[in-house]
This record gives sequence, structure tokens and C-alpha cells, in this order.
Amino acid sequence: MEKQNKKAWLYLLPAFLFLAVFMIYPLIDVLVYSVEEGYNSASQTFFGVGGYNYSYVLHDPYFLQALKNTFLLVIITVPLSTALALLISVGLSSIRALRDLLQTIYFLPYVTNTLAVGLVFMILFKKTAYSDGLINLLLHWFGSPSIDFIEGPYWAKMFVLCFYTIWVVLPFKILILTSALASVNQDYYNAARVDGTRRGRIFWRITLPMISPMIFYLVITGFIGAFKAYNDAVALFGTNLNAAGMNTIVGYVYDMLYGDSGGYPSYASAAAILLFVIVLTITCINLLVSKKHVHY
Amino acid sequence: MKIVLEHLTKKFPSRNKKSRGEVIAVNDFTFEIPDGKLVGLLGPSGCGKSTTLNLISGLLAPTEGKIFFGGDEVTKLPPENRGVGLVFQNYALYPHLTVLKNIMFPLENLRGAAKLSKEEMTKRAFEAAKLVQIEELMDRKPKELSGGQQQRVAIARALVKMPRVLLLDEPLSNLDARLRLQTREEIRRIQHQTQITTVFVTHDQDEAMSISDLIVVMRDGLIQQIGAPQEVYDNPVNLFVAKFLGTPPINVFSGRVEKGMLFIGQDAVLAVPGVPEGKVNIGIRPEGFIPREDGPLTCSFLRLEVMGRDMSIISENKYCESSVRAIINAEKMDFHTGIIHFALKPQKVFLFREEDGARIFLP
Amino acid sequence: MEKDYLKIEKSAKRDRTIRNIFIYTMLIFWSFLVLFPFYWMVLTSLKSYGTYNAEYIPKFFTLSPTLQNYADAFTTVSLGRYLLNTLIFTVITTALMLLVTTLAAFAFARLEFRGKNLVFTLFLALMMIPNELVIITNFVTITDAGLRNTFAGLILPSVTSVFYIYLLRENFAQIPDELYYAAKVDGTTNLRYLCRVMLPICRPTLITIAILKVIECWNSYVWPRLITDNADYYLVSNGIQEIRENGFGRENIPAMMAAVVVISLPLIALFLVFRKKIMAGVSRGGMKG
Repeated sequence: MEKQNKKAWLYLLPAFLFLAVFMIYPLIDVLVYSVEEGYNSASQTFFGVGGYNYSYVLHDPYFLQALKNTFLLVIITVPLSTALALLISVGLSSIRALRDLLQTIYFLPYVTNTLAVGLVFMILFKKTAYSDGLINLLLHWFGSPSIDFIEGPYWAKMFVLCFYTIWVVLPFKILILTSALASVNQDYYNAARVDGTRRGRIFWRITLPMISPMIFYLVITGFIGAFKAYNDAVALFGTNLNAAGMNTIVGYVYDMLYGDSGGYPSYASAAAILLFVIVLTITCINLLVSKKHVHY
Repeated sequence: MKIVLEHLTKKFPSRNKKSRGEVIAVNDFTFEIPDGKLVGLLGPSGCGKSTTLNLISGLLAPTEGKIFFGGDEVTKLPPENRGVGLVFQNYALYPHLTVLKNIMFPLENLRGAAKLSKEEMTKRAFEAAKLVQIEELMDRKPKELSGGQQQRVAIARALVKMPRVLLLDEPLSNLDARLRLQTREEIRRIQHQTQITTVFVTHDQDEAMSISDLIVVMRDGLIQQIGAPQEVYDNPVNLFVAKFLGTPPINVFSGRVEKGMLFIGQDAVLAVPGVPEGKVNIGIRPEGFIPREDGPLTCSFLRLEVMGRDMSIISENKYCESSVRAIINAEKMDFHTGIIHFALKPQKVFLFREEDGARIFLP
Repeated sequence: MEKDYLKIEKSAKRDRTIRNIFIYTMLIFWSFLVLFPFYWMVLTSLKSYGTYNAEYIPKFFTLSPTLQNYADAFTTVSLGRYLLNTLIFTVITTALMLLVTTLAAFAFARLEFRGKNLVFTLFLALMMIPNELVIITNFVTITDAGLRNTFAGLILPSVTSVFYIYLLRENFAQIPDELYYAAKVDGTTNLRYLCRVMLPICRPTLITIAILKVIECWNSYVWPRLITDNADYYLVSNGIQEIRENGFGRENIPAMMAAVVVISLPLIALFLVFRKKIMAGVSRGGMKG
């Protein structure tokens, strides 16, 4: 086949232009930003080069709060949502009646605007002067005092954030796991049944290893997604997340960049790079662990 | 273990959404599989043979009818309580487990009084592996094995729990031609050695004929004929069975019976006293032709095919569905051209009713 | 082997029933949890302002539904404007993305040029780069270019997606080479071959990435928030946030819910119409976040 150098580059040109301007250049630039000390966005000048931005970010109580929030969110929602999705998918695959309907319902949160539905969650959980809100009504039925989940104690806010995050990420996980389960050859189950294998054993010894690549994929993307959490928190607690004490790392980046506390692209860059390093590390650990436990 | 099927029927809801009918996969089956025999369920794809196998294993529940193992009715019994070993067409070996673990899998399910110790399980697994001659492969994963080896592992896994009945679904269809010959002998040997009542499903008549004690020929959910392979071959009850069994296939002519004589075109080929007059289909096995100058059947010679020991004479007759293939001993070869005449061996000639293909037996 | 077969049959049947009850209870409970926020959102949007605020204990239904809130949502804040903006943004971004992606995927899948493998590898490496890392500079770039509060500023950085190029290239690569050679022999140009042969064959993939992009655009929040501070260019997500913090007055929750319903409806309608396609598409190449 003859080479078609010029033509090929012509086809690639638009994609390259966009990528160069909006991805490759920023990638280099963000590294530069993160080491420019005392950068002033108005005059576009800086004092020197060094690690001060990183040190500032790492000592900023808001960043530490965001770090804590993000880690808590990740540690709680990733295992919980994966397990829950697995439970639901296994249930879904073992029934016939209502299956299509339920699958459609479960998928709904995927196509809704996170910000918009977040408002509904806020209203359900919020306690105002006029009303304790629906969730508190339920709590009252169980004889518990009312709690303000939106502006109340930290654990309550974290609970709502985790609950909403799980609600939002579950559709994707259920979908992936249901199709993974459906792709397991029925003969394996038949073989196991003829051999008198009990349900639990079929699940642990056959189903789980068979779909382990997909579970692993979900865990990795789940980790990455949860580390980047931001929209869910904004939906529940408003844009001023620092005030609510519910900021996330990504939120910290944006706040540093823009908004009431913004104007510090150097700090934002340093925080973004720290986030990237964390995510990369966790993903590598995941990959190493999976080598041992995932069957391909 | 004797297996008895009584009026067994299985209907499936039709997949065609527009006509909400039913598909009858197995239609009013009644037959008995004697203890310790190797039985082949034979038929074209879609004839209900795999469904029958799954009914026996308990993976499917029959719509009507009953199944007995020995004296016990097992119709509604779940598969795990039936004591069957099942080998799947694609083997269904668990890809994440080693061969040893695969074979031990059924044993690990045993509970209560039947529970085995780890050593006992390993011992049994190795016994089964020895039976199918794969002891040296025990630490491998299924994907590191050849098709034939996987097949043996699957059989070992089915045998390890000492089933009362062994069921094989198209056991040879995923193997290449050479392995197929080898493996079918292997199945025969294992069955002989263990004396377990064995049912296997196949669409390959050669396979069924060569190793079965008994074959069941099926078509569209109905049993066509049951019998020992040779008996079914020599005495097919209808045109379908006659055409389905035998390679090369039987030659089918259209002809008629007039005044006790069988005619193919103008040739009076055979005396058939007592057969009612009228049009008939005639099946003649390839080995039923004798080339002879004074033979009554006239064909025009096309070509010769030499296949070592035997030789086929391919010729043409306008009353035959296809070209006429006659097999004769290659040593008797003398060269023909132009018109060729055949005499027929009466026991290789079958008459079938033209309307429904049912056999017309000579009185 | 003496076994009480009748007993085994019975206990197997009982186990099955118990299991089914458990499974259905769990599944229906979760579907209730999924649907309830939607129900509450519609219900609240139908309650009048007065009724809603008078309910210290919220009621699960309303006897006097009103559409007043929907009228308010469109008149008090410029919800119509936000919807229009989002529509423009979504349509243009998706169309541009399809064009750019298709051309690049075609070059990688079909054309031979020097350094192709190296370039493609570098390309794949870009997939690992999170948006959060590059958004900072993009913000500065767009601001410096004076493109804040313009559609160009909103759209341009969202046009390319390395992942979609990869997805489409894989699909293109599955088309047998013979088709290309046959077309070449017949004197077909590359572009014509792409449009007349490859695109029709790969239509399912194109639809998939278009749908995914539409969902992504409709729900995008962070970039529009950074790049727009003029309400004339708000997208629905920013509109919602704006409504929450400055619109209606903080307490007019029914009107807020009406806005939420209006914003959620288009995608839900799209989903219900193309249910099978969307679910298949998402399971093939979807990621959220």
C-alpha cells in the first residue's frame, strides 16, 4: 500500500489542533504553573521556581479537609456501590417477570442531570424552619430526633453525599454487571447444577470468577470517578463547599481557580497534579492486586 | 440403571412474537433404555434430541409425561438429586480452575454423610483422570489443553461422582476428524469399563452407528425408529431413516408397482409379489447394485471414483433424485462406458409409500 | 439408593419460593428508592407555594395540583434561555465532535502514513489524562482569547475525545480490507469511501458516541460554570445552581422543582424512546465522571 502522508495528516489535522491546544499544551502548562511561585494572574508575573505551591496546598486546611472528604467518599462509596450493584444485578439476572421494567427504572439516574436531581435530594434531607423534611419525618416514625443533613453535623452531611453518590453511580454499574452476567455461558451453571452445587457456591466459585474482569473494571473506574467527585457535592451543598466543610479535591481546584476564593492558578495546578498522582497510585495498586485475583 | 421415558412431551413457547404458538420440541416420547447400554440419540439439528437429553438430566422440566430411573419416578426431581453426569458440547470446563479442581468440583458439593475428606477427593479425582488417561495434565488450566484433552477432562468430571447415568451432548462435534475417530473409541471403552448407562446426542450417523448399542432416530420431536444400529440400517421404517443413515447415502428412485413387478421407468427391476399396485419411492443402498450385462436396471455411465478398497460407479438415471452411486469391490473392476446395467440385491432395496414415506414391507 | 424423592421435590420448591420473594422484595425496594426522588420532584412541582410551605409534615400526594410553578419557572428566571443555550451547545458540540472524531479515526484505521503507530500510541496515552488537569490552562486560554461568555468558548474545548476516536477506530478496523481495495479499484476516493461504506457500516457506534456525548453535554457543569458568568450564556446545570442561590427566593421550592422537572424531561424522554440503543451504547463505551 502506498503511503498517503499528506492526506492522512489532513484527516488528522482537526483532531490534532484541538488536542494540541486543549490537551497537550495545558498538560505542560499545568506543570509549569504548579512550580511558578507567587504567580500573579493580573500581571502574569512570578517570583521564582520551586515547590512552594505544593507545600502551600498541602498545608492549607481547606485542602486537607477536601482530601479527608474525598478519601472518605471513595472508601465508603466504591465498595458499597459495587457490592450493591452486584447484589441487584444477580437478582435481576435470576428473574424473568418485570425484568425489563426494573432494568429501565434502575438506569434512569444515569440520564438525569446530577445538579438538578441533587436539588431533590437536598429538599428530601433538608431541615428548614417550615418543615423537617421527609427523611426526618421517617426518622420520627422510628422515634429518632430530627437531624439536619444538609447543614448539620459532619457525619450526616457525609451520609447524604455518599448516599447520593451511590444513587448516581449505581445505574452504570448495574448495567455493566448485568451484561457481564448475561454473557456467562449458561452451560457452566447447568454443569454446576447437575453436580448438585449449592447456590452460594455457584456464586462464589463460578459466577464471581467469571465476571471478575468486569468487577475489577468497575472498581478502577469507580475509584477514579469517586476521586473526581464534585458535582454531587455542589448539588447538595451549594457552590460554597468550603463553608459547608464538604469540599472535594476537584472542588478545591476549581475554587482556587475561580469563584470567591479564586485567582490562584498555581495552587490549583499543584492541587490538580496532586490529585492526578493520587489517582495514578491507587490505579497502579489496583492493577497489581488484580493480577493476583482476577481471572481473564 | 434402566431409564424409562413415558409419553414425554416438551413444548416451548414460540420465539416468533407475532404468532404466539408453541413449538413441540419433544412429542410423546416413550422408550426404555436398558441398564448399562450406550444409546445414541440421532437426528438432524432441531429434532429435539438435546431437549430429550436435558429432560433426562432434569435441567428442563417436561410439559407432560414421566421419567423413571430404575424403579423411581424422577420427573420433578431437581438435577442434583438425580445422580446424572453431564458432558456439554463445549465441555463447560471452569476456565479459572485447574484440571484437578475442575474434576474435584462435583465432589466438593457433597454434604452430610456423603462428605469426603480432601485426600479422598483427590484420590477419586485421580482415579477418574486415570480412566480417561489425563493424569499428567492435572495442574493445567483448561485453555492450555487441546480440544480432545478438554473433552476427556469433561468426561472425568462427569464420572468422578459415580453417576447412575452419563449423558453426553454432541460430545465429538468440537473435535477435528481424526480426534473424533479416536475419541469415540475412547467413549466406547470408558462406557464398557464403567458399565454406566450412557445416553449421547449426535447428528452424525456415522458416530452413532459405530459405538452405540442402540440408536434412537428422531425427527421434528418424534421418534422415527429405535434399534441396534445394524438393524436400523438394514430395516429402516421410513424414507427419512433410510436417507439419514448410511454413507454414501441411499439412492432414491421414483417408480411404480405393476402386477407384482417393481418398475423404474420401463425397467422391471425386481419381483415384489403381494405389494399393492401404484407409485412408490424406491431406496437402494449403494452396495445393493451388481453390475451385470443382463441386469434389468439401465443407467448411463458418468464416472468412476476409486476409494482404495472399494470403488463407486457414478451413473445417471432420470428417475433417480440424484446421480446413482453404486459401490462395488475394486478388485472386480472392469471398465464400463456408455450404458451400464445393474442387477439388484433384494435385501438392499426398500419400498416406501409415495405420500408419507412409510415403508412398504414385502409380505 | 433409597431417597425420599417427594420430600426433596417439596423442599426444592419451597426454597425457590423463598428465594424469589427475597429477590423481588430487594429489587422492588431499590426501584422504589430510584423512583421516589422523581416522584417527589413532580409532586412538589405541582403543589402551590402556599400549600407547600404550610405542610410542616410533608404530604405524599396533593389534591389541588397547579401548573402555576411551571409558568413561574419560565417567567421569573430565564429557564427557556438556559434550555435553548444547552440545546445549541449540545447540538453543535456533538456535531463537531462526530466530524473531528470520524476523520481522525479514519486516518488511524485506514490510511498508511509514516509514524502512524507512534502517533497512535501517544494518542492512547492521552486517554489517561484527566480533564481536571488541563481545565486550568484551558480556562486561562479561553479567558485570554476573550472567549468567555461565548458559545465558542463553551464548545471548543469539549470537541475532541480521545476515547471516542479510539472506539471508532476499533470499529473501523473491523471492516475487511477487501472492501477498501475493491473501492480503490473502482476509483473511489477516500472521502467517498468513508461516507458511503464505512459510516453506514459503523452507524451503531456513531449513534453510541453521539448519544453519550449528548448526555455528557446536557449534564456538563464545571466547564460552563468556569467560562460563563453572564446568565445569557448559562446552561441548564448552571441555571439550576443559579436558581438555587439567587432565583425565586430560596424558599420557593415548588417553582425550583418545576424547573428541575423541565430540565430533566428531555433526557428522560430521549432515554425512553431510545432505551435499547442507549443502554447498549453505555455498556459498550460509557463512563460517567
